[in-house]
Amino acid sequence: MPEIITGSEISAAPPLQPKDVKAKPASALSRFFSIENRYLPPMLITTILLVGQLSFGLLESFKQTALAIGVAMLLELALGRLVYGKFPNLASAYITGISVGILVRSPAFWPFALCSAIAITSKYVIRWKDRHLWNPSNLAICVLLLLAPDVFSTLSIQWGNNLPPMLIVWTLGALITWRVKRFHITATYVVSFLLFALLRGFITGHGFQAEVAPITGPMYQLFIFFMITDPKTTVKPRWAQCLVAFLVAAMEMVLRLAENIHAPYYALTIVGPLAVAIEIWITARKRPSAQPV
Amino acid sequence: MQSRTLRIILIIFFIGLLATPFVIRRFSGRKEAAATAANASTALSRYGLSFKEAANASGINFTHAAPKLDQKLDHIMPQIASMGAAVSIADFDRDGWQDVYLTSSGEGKSNILFRNLGNGRFSEMTGDHWASGENSREHGVSMGAVWGDYDNDGYEDLFVYKWGKPELYHNDGGKGFSRAGEQAGFPEWINANNALWFDYDRDGRLDLFVAGYYDEKIDLWNLKDTKMMPESFEYAQNGGRKFLFHNLGNGKFEEVAEQLGVRSRRWALAAVAVDLRGNGYPDLFIANDYGVSELFFNDGGKKFREVGRQTGIGFAPKSGMTAAIGDVFNRGDFAIYVSNISEESVLIQGNNLWVPRAGTSGEGLKFDNLARDLGVELGGWSWGAQFGDLNNDGYQDIYLVNGYISADRNRNYWYDYSKVTGGNKAIISDANNWPPMNNRSLSGYQQKKVWINDGAGQFKEVAQIVGVTDVYDGRSVALADFNNSGRLDVVVANQKGPALLYKNTVAPDNNWIAFELEGSTSNRSAIGAQVRLFWNSQRQVQEVTGGSGFCAQNQRRLHFGLGKAASVDRVEIRWPSGKTQTISAPEINKIHNVKEA
Repeated sequence: MPEIITGSEISAAPPLQPKDVKAKPASALSRFFSIENRYLPPMLITTILLVGQLSFGLLESFKQTALAIGVAMLLELALGRLVYGKFPNLASAYITGISVGILVRSPAFWPFALCSAIAITSKYVIRWKDRHLWNPSNLAICVLLLLAPDVFSTLSIQWGNNLPPMLIVWTLGALITWRVKRFHITATYVVSFLLFALLRGFITGHGFQAEVAPITGPMYQLFIFFMITDPKTTVKPRWAQCLVAFLVAAMEMVLRLAENIHAPYYALTIVGPLAVAIEIWITARKRPSAQPV
Repeated sequence: MQSRTLRIILIIFFIGLLATPFVIRRFSGRKEAAATAANASTALSRYGLSFKEAANASGINFTHAAPKLDQKLDHIMPQIASMGAAVSIADFDRDGWQDVYLTSSGEGKSNILFRNLGNGRFSEMTGDHWASGENSREHGVSMGAVWGDYDNDGYEDLFVYKWGKPELYHNDGGKGFSRAGEQAGFPEWINANNALWFDYDRDGRLDLFVAGYYDEKIDLWNLKDTKMMPESFEYAQNGGRKFLFHNLGNGKFEEVAEQLGVRSRRWALAAVAVDLRGNGYPDLFIANDYGVSELFFNDGGKKFREVGRQTGIGFAPKSGMTAAIGDVFNRGDFAIYVSNISEESVLIQGNNLWVPRAGTSGEGLKFDNLARDLGVELGGWSWGAQFGDLNNDGYQDIYLVNGYISADRNRNYWYDYSKVTGGNKAIISDANNWPPMNNRSLSGYQQKKVWINDGAGQFKEVAQIVGVTDVYDGRSVALADFNNSGRLDVVVANQKGPALLYKNTVAPDNNWIAFELEGSTSNRSAIGAQVRLFWNSQRQVQEVTGGSGFCAQNQRRLHFGLGKAASVDRVEIRWPSGKTQTISAPEINKIHNVKEA
């Protein structure tokens, strides 16, 4: 029986178990804002993109972003059909494409297409025990930072470095992650980052404000709301999710002390899959030995 | 399909994706540009030009000095005091030879005018009556200068813009300069990084545009606090205001920027005025650091309208540092080249080449950025650039200088720089929050770019091959034919470095023609005059500018390469007054002196 593909990013948040669902009939509005509504996060990220583009012109161009989204969705359709025999839901691919469109900075077109292609394909290729290990867009960005540094970069400056737009995005992002029960991951990471920034400030002598500056930028808004909360590439228990978020922040601190400009991407790329792999390994060990080999 | 086979296919596909950057790099041929320098004859035969650096040999011994600003900025002084090396060209004494003016920014240091002796050498004109710039803590320090005959007496006057008190030097018949700024009515202080002369209302008198960088209320030697940095890396609007000085004709100027609609507090670093719509009135393009570029359409000399978004250039904020114009396709219209920052794996803004979209003109004019398509996009931390036909093959090439701060080669500041620039307004705008540079480099020791236009839609980078091998922190570049031989030489002003003179040798079988214009009804400098050359089924347009590039000004003389063509069909001159003149079959390989009829 073919696997039901739910996608990878936050849009694929696991549905509530029956015991969690309230008995009384939900209104249209509450259904719209329900956890099951996998289109809520894509709509949020679309809103962020449109507001950012119309107010600040944050994108390299609409064409490049459209290319990233188009490649992600088409490849998801093709690979989903090929591998699982049915067309998958495209919400996840849409988020991957739009994340690539916002985060990638390159004057050329091909890095946008390639980044999306690597992201989507990685989900189908790099798998262990039927789970993929890396957050797709995070992995693709890290790969291209290493393989194509001459034309590919990410930029952390959008939204104009102003407080009001930042607060709006943080508030909306927090509400959404709270609704899909991932806010604890975001909160753990943010608190950890702040504490590590304080520590880095002492170590480098640059002060807290210089060290905390990155998280006040918009790149982190996508990172903390859409990347580290990815259900498919995070571990299951809540306490473990918090632990992994803390470890990502810790790894990031190590990379930052080594003056790595793209520290958060690399930290997630290193810590995320290790955590998932350990969980898979532990889960496999806990299975009854009577299971057929 | 069996799952194992499918998996193998998927893995091969994934590996193919990972290999794509290598394949693209291999076929793009970028590596070729990094070839070691070839000898002059190889460069000549291959690309039709060869440069030899000859500043010292020609008598240009000049090293730029940076200012020492308020000690509150000491920890990041290299990036604050990172501008001021500038070059502008004019024949100040009307002897027919192009002279060079170089600015310094060190307190107590002089700007120097180098007079071209016509024998391949220059002599240094020193002393205050030779426009030394008055670089001091009290008067501010020079950031650049532009030549223009504001009183139409036939001699090019000099405006020196500063982080400080602007200076206007009246040219006293080529025998010296007298200070005319007090009478002109300029403000006491502007933290300017750009200025240009143009006759925006076509009244026959040159007006002056001055672009502020830091807020004019800031005295960089006596800071009240350290909150003087840009409020954003890409959307900053807390820079200096813009000034538009209307020439009243009696040595006085009236400031009309606000009144005419030139309102902006973006951090301007470069500007160029050119008639983009063909209505005779010069439009104003401004390249801004920390934000989008701006384009002001000139509505009949009575109003300026910002049309950046309307025309397509006002999106995608970058770090604009030059604005130069050139007819890159020989189709009779102007492209605008804007330099930005590109640093591998850190920040790939890419330079912009704004080319008018085919089929658009006038009010509906649109631009497309074709820098990537034409191969002139990646120039490092790019500063000044100019268009010019460097090999006389009939197509406009680009010479670009780059490099921000060359300090310790083994330690760079990029990490700390990116850490703060991504932060919130309250953090980035306060210099106190910027980590100390501690002698670290920031995009230093970069190789310059000489892009040769092949006429078929591609530029080829040949700097190392044709002899441009310096790695100084280039800022300002200007082109001129210093020995009147039909070859464009290059002067480069380097920050805290020596000025360079690259003398050009061009393949002798390529022909050329040049036009030295003098207005009568129009401003006498003929700034704003357009020359359209028709030859060998080709055409090219050039315009006399009162400043272009980064803090630079090319010779006013317009130089056209002709390739192998042995004749020119005709030349059409449109003067700023609106008058037109046509010269049929002008002689080639000659400088034509043309007065407005």
